[in-house]
Amino acid sequence: MTATAIKTELSQPQLQAAFYDLNEHDHPEGGSTMLGFWMYLMSDCLIFAMLFAAYGVLGGSFAAGPGPKDLFELPLVAVNTAMLLFSSITYGFAMLAMEKDKKGATQLWLLVTAVFGASFLAIELYEFANLIHEGATPMRSGFLTAFFSLVGTHGLHVTFGLVWLFTLVVQIGKKGLIPANKRRLMCLSLFWHFLDVIWIGVFTFVYLMGML
Amino acid sequence: MGRLWWDAMPQEPIVLATFVVVALGGAALVAALTYFKLWGYLWKEWFTSVDHKKIGIMYMILGLIMFLRGFADAVMMRIQQSIAFNGNEGYLNAHHYDQIFTAHGVIMIFFVAMPFVTGLMNYIVPLQIGARDVSFPFLNNFSFWMTTAGAVLVMASLFIGEFAQTGWLAYPPLSNLAYSPWVGVDYYIWALQIAGVGTLLSGVNLIATIVKMRAPGMTMMRMPIFTWTALCTNILIVAAFPVLTAVMTMLTVDRYLGFNFFTNDFGGSPMMYVNLIWIWGHPEVYILILPLFGVFSEVTATFSGKRLFGYSSMVYATLVITILSYLVWLHHFFTMGSGASVNSFFGITTMVISIPTGAKLFNWLFTMYRGRIRFDLPMMWTVAFMLTFTIGGMTGVLLAVPPADFVLHNSLFLIAHFHNVIIGGVLFGIFAAINFWWPKAFGFRLNEFWGKVSFWLWVPGFWFAFMPLYILGLMGVTRRMRVFDDPSIQIFFIIAAFGALMIAGGIGAMLVQFAVSIWKREELKDETGDPWNGRTLEWSTSSPPPEYNFAFTPIVHDIDAWEDMKRCGVERPTTGYRPIHMPKGTGTGLILAGLSTVLGFAMIWYIWWLAAVSFLGVIGYAIFHTFNYKRDYHIPVETVEATEAARTRQLAAAGA
Amino acid sequence: MRPPESRPKPRQLTALAKVLAALSLTGALSACNTVVLNPAGDVARQQGDLVVISTLLMLLIIVPVMAATVLFAWRYRASNKEAVYQPDWDHSTQLELLIWTAPLLIIICLGALTWVTTHLLDPYRTIGRIDATTPVAANAKPLEVEVVALDWKWLFIYPEQGVATVNELVVPTGRPLQFKITSSSVMNSFYVPAMAGQIYAMPGMETRLHAVVNKPIETVGFSANYSGAGFSNMRFATHAVTEADFAKWTADVKAGTPATNGETGGNLDRAAYLELEKPSEKVPATRYATVAPNLYDAIVDMCVEPGKMCMSEMMALDARGGLGKAGIRNVEMLAYDKHGREAAATANANPNAAIQRELAWVRALCRQMPGSAPDKTVKAPANLRSLTGAGMAAPQSLPLFGKDEQALSAPKGEPVAANEAAHSSQISRN
Repeated sequence: MTATAIKTELSQPQLQAAFYDLNEHDHPEGGSTMLGFWMYLMSDCLIFAMLFAAYGVLGGSFAAGPGPKDLFELPLVAVNTAMLLFSSITYGFAMLAMEKDKKGATQLWLLVTAVFGASFLAIELYEFANLIHEGATPMRSGFLTAFFSLVGTHGLHVTFGLVWLFTLVVQIGKKGLIPANKRRLMCLSLFWHFLDVIWIGVFTFVYLMGML
Repeated sequence: MGRLWWDAMPQEPIVLATFVVVALGGAALVAALTYFKLWGYLWKEWFTSVDHKKIGIMYMILGLIMFLRGFADAVMMRIQQSIAFNGNEGYLNAHHYDQIFTAHGVIMIFFVAMPFVTGLMNYIVPLQIGARDVSFPFLNNFSFWMTTAGAVLVMASLFIGEFAQTGWLAYPPLSNLAYSPWVGVDYYIWALQIAGVGTLLSGVNLIATIVKMRAPGMTMMRMPIFTWTALCTNILIVAAFPVLTAVMTMLTVDRYLGFNFFTNDFGGSPMMYVNLIWIWGHPEVYILILPLFGVFSEVTATFSGKRLFGYSSMVYATLVITILSYLVWLHHFFTMGSGASVNSFFGITTMVISIPTGAKLFNWLFTMYRGRIRFDLPMMWTVAFMLTFTIGGMTGVLLAVPPADFVLHNSLFLIAHFHNVIIGGVLFGIFAAINFWWPKAFGFRLNEFWGKVSFWLWVPGFWFAFMPLYILGLMGVTRRMRVFDDPSIQIFFIIAAFGALMIAGGIGAMLVQFAVSIWKREELKDETGDPWNGRTLEWSTSSPPPEYNFAFTPIVHDIDAWEDMKRCGVERPTTGYRPIHMPKGTGTGLILAGLSTVLGFAMIWYIWWLAAVSFLGVIGYAIFHTFNYKRDYHIPVETVEATEAARTRQLAAAGA
Repeated sequence: MRPPESRPKPRQLTALAKVLAALSLTGALSACNTVVLNPAGDVARQQGDLVVISTLLMLLIIVPVMAATVLFAWRYRASNKEAVYQPDWDHSTQLELLIWTAPLLIIICLGALTWVTTHLLDPYRTIGRIDATTPVAANAKPLEVEVVALDWKWLFIYPEQGVATVNELVVPTGRPLQFKITSSSVMNSFYVPAMAGQIYAMPGMETRLHAVVNKPIETVGFSANYSGAGFSNMRFATHAVTEADFAKWTADVKAGTPATNGETGGNLDRAAYLELEKPSEKVPATRYATVAPNLYDAIVDMCVEPGKMCMSEMMALDARGGLGKAGIRNVEMLAYDKHGREAAATANANPNAAIQRELAWVRALCRQMPGSAPDKTVKAPANLRSLTGAGMAAPQSLPLFGKDEQALSAPKGEPVAANEAAHSSQISRN
């Protein structure tokens, strides 16, 4: 109200300039993208939180069947974890290359990331196939249900990350490192590292705590 | 074709008759659209539009259509319950009746209240914060079509197969494959899952919009109160809907792959479902009501001709409610046998929510105090809300006392309570909002007479319909009953049915109100863009606003920005326009949602090949869409000049 | 800012409105048979009283608010040019203080009431009094009734008497009752409004309810949680009778006398139970003269069917880390609801060779003896002082406290807080 008192003394053009943005320029595109994507990631994180919670509730329900100690092979999981961690590092290199506007190097590092990501998935599928072959299917017990759902959901995310990554490699090839593509690389970067963080949770909570 | 065969077509005469009517009506609509060559117009100007205003209106239309369906379900229940006495089985068998009450709940929450609320926020928020569109216009269109896809699946269940017979939250083990073997629960799962994607994305979108796209000078504490409530609601959406997604996915794998999340055997835990679903379910209630609290605040301030009393305490009350809504979920199942300490903890947290809510009510009260209150329709609905919602709030707090809940849980008292808050709060708020912002959206006001007819049928009708249920609850009558033993309670159901009839009249009058207003739109025309002497920025532009909302982005110095501008006597600049950067329309949202509908339908009916094809279609088309980099354009300065010149002439005519 | 000038007016209105509201509430409700507010059982009566007390407490603020709404809406209508108009008045610290503290005070009172009554009326707590004036005798043994919600009827087993009924609950008046409640397939809720509040009945789990009925009545109980197609008819006649009549009724059941319009079922052994468990609607009251021992425990343990591993055994194995890979293929002995309502019993009728091998293995592995559910009952304290604040006088304005104090001002006992810790949060056994 005090502001009003001051403003009444202004002339009409001055008032208009005070109340309207008369020299507006186009807003840079995608200003909200990172915020929006971050919120999406947080919501995704909640889905994982629910799966972790379900694992917490059902993790001890072996239904007179096998438990973690009977099923998990820690060395294999350790290799698997290493694959995903390496892929995060190589993704970091891809981002560094992107910062320097090196198109070829970016694509190369992305492909290296994809190789590590694919190895992670391959090892996980191998583990799943082994478990199912032994009869430790998700239908067997509450524990296995929660285990397959949690780890499987993470695996599905990695799969989608790979699809996205290949799409981006093609798009960078076609359009180069234009701002839109850089923004997409940043989003995928967030996504990829996010999956890494989730995996560390899975590794600790499911595998390590199950085995130790 | 999976398990889809001719036996899935309607068999009961009631459903068959409805099917015939709907099929004929649909055919007539399609024929009319084709005859008048409107398909191209609809596709170009509406279906593929990314304009937040058009999407908002489409949400409202979706909500209205689904409201008629949900209300038809309500009427059928009321009739059944008022005749099924003394060995009379009524006219609905268990299979049909159980679908009706499930569908009524699901539709009213997910496909009526949610579209109404989302539509309102979509339409109003960008205008209130002086923005030209939302942060992610394409996602907005996609979200709308995903919500519609869910609604389409629910409607399809009426004629192809069945809907769930589980109650609106589908508790396992009842909703598990062992006890609900056919397609009902699958329709439920896929409809909610697909619509949930839309809701979540629209939540992300609106938060980003509010955080990033406010006009210069609009600090958080200068945001209009409706925008504040919208922000809190969308935070709740983003923090609650993933839980629903996760729970629905768990139920899906239980049903489709034989997993053991919620089974009785193999170490599953049905109680986990009840907990998880209410961790989503309780915030959902506040998702629905908070934006309407915002509406009532705007309406009260505008029609009292006063600044809102206690703006900051209103904001803090909203934030407190937002946070507390996550700490109360267990009050929906005190009777599950948790310990007394757990029960009383959740009971008390629930009561604590009534403190900020009470503070809000006082704030509206003191906004009216020493005001000049004009009783136009929005204000009438607001006063009706204040009187109705208070009672609903009181019975809610009563139900939060665990020992009281032991005798009233699942009773008709509970039904009366939540209809009291949802109708008295959400629906009355929607009606206030429709009457308030209709002139803004369409450029003409709504007819007063029919609006008042609707009001006076709705409000007493509500009390007739739900007061008897309160009493029946105290008589120990439980919910979801199809037949009754005790003939002495029949009279209450008949009164309730009479109330439902009055409400039907109210809905009819409202439809007449819309029709009459459209018919007489020239008489009701709003030339100024500010028919109510409004206070916030949406009233500063024309009615309906141009595609770009504001030719010049306003600069904000006060909470009530437009009121401030009027007070300072700022004149609208009429020269110096610039080209305006806007997003381009796209059909991708509609195509993706269409494919998702097919995917859902194929999964429901176990048509695996179709599911695979449509899934690949969704992924493939989404990737294809990302190769389109040209998503925006400039409105040329000539167009802006022409539009604004027309507005100048209109204002001059109105002033003369 | 000055306080509202119309203050005294609403206050008078408030008082008037309060009286009117209280009168109309009680008047309207006494006209119809509101069993929730006027029940025959002491527990339900206390719960009903709580409904009334809480409502009155909240009306203290609800009525003034509603009155003020109407008053302000009328007084400050646009056409009333006499009324003061202050368009820029939007803040008053005193008023803000008032609007936050007034609801807060009410909620503090209600919260305290909630904490106390939730503990006092916890369904897991043995009842401490027969009615407001009669404490439970020290040596009184509660009547135990085992309740099973079936599709779609209720089974009541009286372990002490060795009889069972379907859709007929008969209890003696004036004697503490202890219900152990479970379900066979889906969730239900056991509710006799005239006796006490409800509690869920859930498969594979046990819930408890303690109650008393104070006078002979004929009433009805039902499931208060929707459970499928036959839910509406899932009702049972409930009779509260004198101790003598109860003894006579027990003898009748043992002698095989059917209820009026009812049937006799003979012996309720496991085979008969598996037959009974199949979905059926509108089942007439049925009496069983004898019951297989441990039947209820087997139902809770989901091992009535031969060849099934009991839940308690499964959980004991799980607690030791499961059976390892050796147990991986034992699926049949654990399957309970995979086959659904219709096929539940047929699966076991004609076992193939593989299943027979597994059955033999189960028998070798476990005794298929149901364990009894852990007793989560909370003992009612003899002294309620700690609930109302030890050493402080109970608030006299709330009759509920006063009554309890009078009724149970027995010698000093264990403070209730010690018992609370023993009360775990979930009753689930799986």
